[in-house]
Amino acid sequence: MMRVTIFVSLKEGVLDPQGKAVERSLHSLGFAEVQEVRMGKYMELSLNLPSREEAEKRVREMCARLLANPVIEDYRFEIE
Amino acid sequence: MRWGVIVFPGSCDEQDVYDCLKHVVKQDVEFLWHGENLKNGFDCLVLPGGFSYGDYLRAGAMARFSPIMPGVVEFAARGGLVLGICNGFQILCEAGLLPGVLTRNSSLQFVCRQVYMRLEETDTPFTCAGKKGQLLKLPVKHGEGCYYADPATLERLRQNRQILFRYVDGKGKNAAGANPNGSIDDIAGVCNTGRNVFGLMPHPEDATEKILGSEDGLKIFLSIVAACEKREKGARVG
Repeated sequence: MMRVTIFVSLKEGVLDPQGKAVERSLHSLGFAEVQEVRMGKYMELSLNLPSREEAEKRVREMCARLLANPVIEDYRFEIE
Repeated sequence: MRWGVIVFPGSCDEQDVYDCLKHVVKQDVEFLWHGENLKNGFDCLVLPGGFSYGDYLRAGAMARFSPIMPGVVEFAARGGLVLGICNGFQILCEAGLLPGVLTRNSSLQFVCRQVYMRLEETDTPFTCAGKKGQLLKLPVKHGEGCYYADPATLERLRQNRQILFRYVDGKGKNAAGANPNGSIDDIAGVCNTGRNVFGLMPHPEDATEKILGSEDGLKIFLSIVAACEKREKGARVG
């Protein structure tokens, strides 16, 4: 069994009103050092596959077809 | 002509669309369950508003994999008319039938109010009964209606005149506050390059009788009826 963690983030240049709101909240709490906040998604998957290569291929397909929208999102993943 | 209104789990405006088509526009209309394959014989399919699959992951992301969707894609490829309203617009974008994507409103708030949108192009089956520059007063009710397309796509949309409606103020001018969700270029609705698939965030079905505060939504349905009557002379697409 392999555990996969997937991170989906907004592409550069895509507006992130949620990140902006969190950024403002951090500033108002006194964390003046915060330059920018970008929100994203984190997913955990358990896979039943024989090899890491196969897992990478399948996860890439999952991200491209469903888990991320290529118009606005990038993704990366880690396999353990 | 025959209309099909596709019902997904979590759709909530299908009855409004059905009622307005059946009782106001006097059309032959039926519901189509998302879990079945698309039947033949339709002229226009409507994907109604709502929260299909609870908006999980992204609005419209799951619905595009419903069993009926391959039939819808094929229907559109044959030139059949497809209208996506609100969540239906989100589904059509996720399914790749329309360019771009709908994201969280820039205000982060769910917005529910009347808006004005300006008709930008009349050479489509969805707008042919209208006049360029005409204003339609329709309600919006959504949390993820902020249209986004990358700069290259946006340029293509403008060149191909695929932007059919823009949010404006009551005088028809682009104005701060007229755009309810932060959509790029004040876009309220776009069509595909074939001009037979159209999606918009405002709800024409909820503005079809005086008692609802506006009848402007009829313009879109009557355009479709007029376009199909013209087509009737040829062979039915569905």
